[in-house]
Amino acid sequence: MAEYETHDYDVVVIGAGGAGLRAAIEASAMGVKTALVCKSLLGKAHTVMAEGGIAAAMGNVWKEDNWKVHFRDTMRGGKLLNNWRMAQLHAQEAPDRVLELEEWGALFDRTKDGLILQRDFGGHRYARLAHVGDRTGLEMIRTLQNHAVHRGIDVFMECTLYRLLTEDGAVSGAFGYWRQSGKLVLFRAKAIVLATGGVGKAWKITSNSWEYTGDGHGMALDAGADLIDMEMTQFHPTGMVWPTSVRGILVTEGVRGDGGTLKNSKDERFMFRYVPDFFRGETADTEEEADRWYEDKRNNRRTPDLLPRDEVARAINAEVKAGRGSPHGGVFLDIASRRSSDYIQRRLPSMYHQFMELADVDITKTAMEVGPTLHYIMGGVRVDADSTQSTVPGLFAAGEVAAGMHGANRLGGNSLSDLLVFGRRAGLYAAEYAKRVAKMPRLDDRQVDTAATGMLAPFERTEGENPYAVHSDLTETMHELVGIIRTRAELEEAITRIGRLRERAQRVGVKGSRVYNPGWHLALDLLTMLTVSEAVAMAALMRQESRGGHTRDDFPKPDPEWGKRNVVVRRRDRQLVLKSEPLPEVPAELRPLIGEDKPTGKVALEPVAAASAKE
Amino acid sequence: MTAADVSLSVWRGDANGGAFVEYTVPADEGMVVLDVVHRIQATHAPDLAVRWNCKAGKCGSCSAEINGHPKLMCMTRMNTFGPGEEITVSPVKTFPVVKDLVTDVSFNYEKAKTIPAFKPKPKEADGTRRMYQEDIERVQEFHKCIECFLCQDVCHVIRDHEENKPSFSGPRYFVRLAALEMHPLDTNDRIDLARAKHGLGYCNITKCCTDVCPEDIHITDNAIIPLKERIVSRTYDPIAWALRRMRGKPADFGAGEPEPPSA
Repeated sequence: MAEYETHDYDVVVIGAGGAGLRAAIEASAMGVKTALVCKSLLGKAHTVMAEGGIAAAMGNVWKEDNWKVHFRDTMRGGKLLNNWRMAQLHAQEAPDRVLELEEWGALFDRTKDGLILQRDFGGHRYARLAHVGDRTGLEMIRTLQNHAVHRGIDVFMECTLYRLLTEDGAVSGAFGYWRQSGKLVLFRAKAIVLATGGVGKAWKITSNSWEYTGDGHGMALDAGADLIDMEMTQFHPTGMVWPTSVRGILVTEGVRGDGGTLKNSKDERFMFRYVPDFFRGETADTEEEADRWYEDKRNNRRTPDLLPRDEVARAINAEVKAGRGSPHGGVFLDIASRRSSDYIQRRLPSMYHQFMELADVDITKTAMEVGPTLHYIMGGVRVDADSTQSTVPGLFAAGEVAAGMHGANRLGGNSLSDLLVFGRRAGLYAAEYAKRVAKMPRLDDRQVDTAATGMLAPFERTEGENPYAVHSDLTETMHELVGIIRTRAELEEAITRIGRLRERAQRVGVKGSRVYNPGWHLALDLLTMLTVSEAVAMAALMRQESRGGHTRDDFPKPDPEWGKRNVVVRRRDRQLVLKSEPLPEVPAELRPLIGEDKPTGKVALEPVAAASAKE
Repeated sequence: MTAADVSLSVWRGDANGGAFVEYTVPADEGMVVLDVVHRIQATHAPDLAVRWNCKAGKCGSCSAEINGHPKLMCMTRMNTFGPGEEITVSPVKTFPVVKDLVTDVSFNYEKAKTIPAFKPKPKEADGTRRMYQEDIERVQEFHKCIECFLCQDVCHVIRDHEENKPSFSGPRYFVRLAALEMHPLDTNDRIDLARAKHGLGYCNITKCCTDVCPEDIHITDNAIIPLKERIVSRTYDPIAWALRRMRGKPADFGAGEPEPPSA
C-alpha cells in the first residue's frame, strides 16, 4: 500500500483558470470549506493566454445590444447544437459577471464617456467584447487570483489530480500527486468541481500548453459520467505558422475585429467566396460594403473576415489546399494597410511584440502569416444547465471541460464569459450540494490502491519506451486523421492507431526519481489523452454530417436529423460506449429569437468543391 | 554536432548541488531556448525539470538565467547567440532550487497575501463606474505584469541577502502596491505599509528590475519612485506629522524605521 497524505474539504475545485477560480470564490463565499487544486503555479492557467475579450451584452457601444441578441448569436454560431438553456443563462448573466470583475479591481479599456469599451469579434452582431488591449485573459485571471487570495481560499499549487473516487455512485474524493515532490495526495470531498480545460495537447499544431491533456474529461469518464459533443473541436483560424518552432501560437481574432483582413497569395480577400447561406443575410458581399462597415455599422453588413471560427478555418484550409497559400503554408492577415502603426501598437500590443520577437515580422508594416491551430473543444462533460452538475451526483463541471454551452462551434469571446457565468454557478451549486451531504464520504481503500498502483507503475519499467515518443506519434495521428476535414476511412484508421498507441503507452518507462519528473507526468497524462482522443475519433465517426467544428468530407452537408441529436460517450466495463440522444428542445418563446430554424444550404467548403478541399 | 544542431548547457541538480550538462539536439527554424530544452527532454532527459505554459511571453512561467542573465526561455531566440557561443541555462538564483530549472517561488505567493485587498469607493449615482482611459493608463501598465518574478530574481536586496527576505517584498509587490494605490476606485491606504512592512526603503533605485522586465514595465520610475515620494510627503511632512499626532493615528504599523539593508 503506497503512502499518501489526506485532506478533507466540502468542495474541491480542480483547475485554477477562470472557471476554477470563479467556482472557488463562490463556494468559499457560501461558507463551505473549499480547496483549489491546480497543476501549475497560481495565475499561469490557460485563461492567462486569452487575448481578445469577454463577450457580454452590456450595450456600452451599441444600445441595440441585449441578451437576446447575444443568445441568438451564440446559438447560430453553435449551429443550433447548443444547450439552449446554457446559452440563455450565459447571455443573461455575462454582463453582471464582467461588472463584478470591475468591483474586484479589473481595469478594462474605456469608452469616451468612461464605461467599459467593447470590441467587434467573429459572429457577434454588435461590438460586445470587454477587453484590455489584447491581454484580457491576464487581467481576468489576475483579478480573480487576487480576489481568491484575499478570501483565504486554500490553494494547492503544482498538484495533479488523476482519479476521482466514488461511493455508491456519488463522488467522494480525488487522488493525485504533488508535482514538486512526487508524493501522493488524497482529497476527501463532498462535492468536486472539474474546471480542467481542454485536450489540445493531443494535436500536433495547437495553441494549448502542456496542461491541456483532457484530465477532467478522462476523470469524468472513469467516474461514470456522460460526455457529449466530443467530435466538436475548434480549430482557431489564425495561429502563427512560421517560424516552425512557434507554429500554432495564437493570433487573436481581435486583429480582424480591429480591421485586419485575410488575403491569399493572389492578394484576394478570399473570405467573400466562403459565406454560407446561413450567414449570408448579415454578411457583406462586396469589399466596398465590408470596408464601409468598419466606419458605419448601422448601414452596412459585417465583413466575412469575421464569420464564426469554423467557417474561417475551413476557408483558410481550402485556400491553402488549392495552392493559394502563403510561403509557409498559411494565408496572410493584413492589418497594416488599414490601421496606423500607433493604433496597432495600442490595440494589439502583445501581437506586435509576439511577431517582432518570435518571427522578426513588424505587423504595423507587413502582413502576418496565419493558419488553423487546434484551440478548443466544445465537447465535454454533460451537465445540468442551471447547476452544472454532471450525471454523477456531487460532480460538477464548468468552463471548457463542460459541454453544451457552445454547441458545434464556440464564438470568440464566449469562453471567458462562460468561465465566469458557469464557474460561479458550479461553485454555488457544489456548495449547496455539499451542505446537504451530512458527513464526509467513506474512503474506498481499493479505489485508492488501484489508483496509486497505476500511477507508480511507470517507475517499474525503467527500460520501457520514452513517453515523449508515444506522445509525438499521438499528436501526428490526431493531426493527420482527426483534423479539420474528416472521413470515415481516416477516422477508423485513427481509432486503430490509438489502440496500438495505448499498448505502447502501457509499456513506457520512466527514469529518475518522483521529484518534479516531467517524463513521469507525461506517462500518466498520455493515458488520459489516449482515452479522450479515442472518444473524439469515435464521436466524429458516428456523426455523419458536417456541422460547426466537425466537417466530414464524406457527409459535407448538415443533416437536420443530426441537428437534433448529441453524440453521448460513456465508459462501461472499461469500453467507450456511444449513443446518440435527443437535444433539449428550444422552447417556443425563444425560437423566434434565433431566426430560421436550421442551417440551410451549403457549408463553407464551397465554392472550392468539397472533393478538392482535401487531397 | 553538425551545422543543423544546437548545444545547450543546462544546470542539472537539486538543493544538494548540481552541475551543467551539455546536450546537443537538432535545430529548427526560429528556435527559442525553451524549444531546445523541450527537445532535450524528448530525446535525452525526460526527467529534466522545467516550468512553462504559454510559450509566448504571456504567462511568466519559464524564467531562468541564460548565460547568467534573468530571462524568459520562451522569448530568447537561439539566433541571438553567435555560432559556437556557449549557452548556459540555470535556475533563477534568488529562490531555492527544487530540481534542475525549477525553483521554489512560494516567497512571492506569501508576500502577495500580505497586501491589503482592493476596496472600491461607492458607485456613481446612476449605478455605473465611470473611469477615463487617460486616468487608468498608468495602472494598466502595472497590470501587464505576468509574475515571471525576474525582477525579484535580479533585485540585489534579496538576491544575495537571504536575511532581507522577511522584511522586503521586492519589485513585483511594489508594482502591485502602486497599482492599487493609483487605482482610481480604490480607497484602501497602503502607503505606511509599503515602508513599514514591505521594505520599500531598502530599494536604492538601481533599476535592475526595470532592465529585466519582459513586459517593459517602468518599475522604478513609474511604481517605486512615486511610492517613495508618497511616503516622504506622508512621513516627513511636518504638518501631516502634527495632524497625525493630534488625531492619535499611528505613523506606521509598529515596525518603526526599516533597518538599513545589508547590501
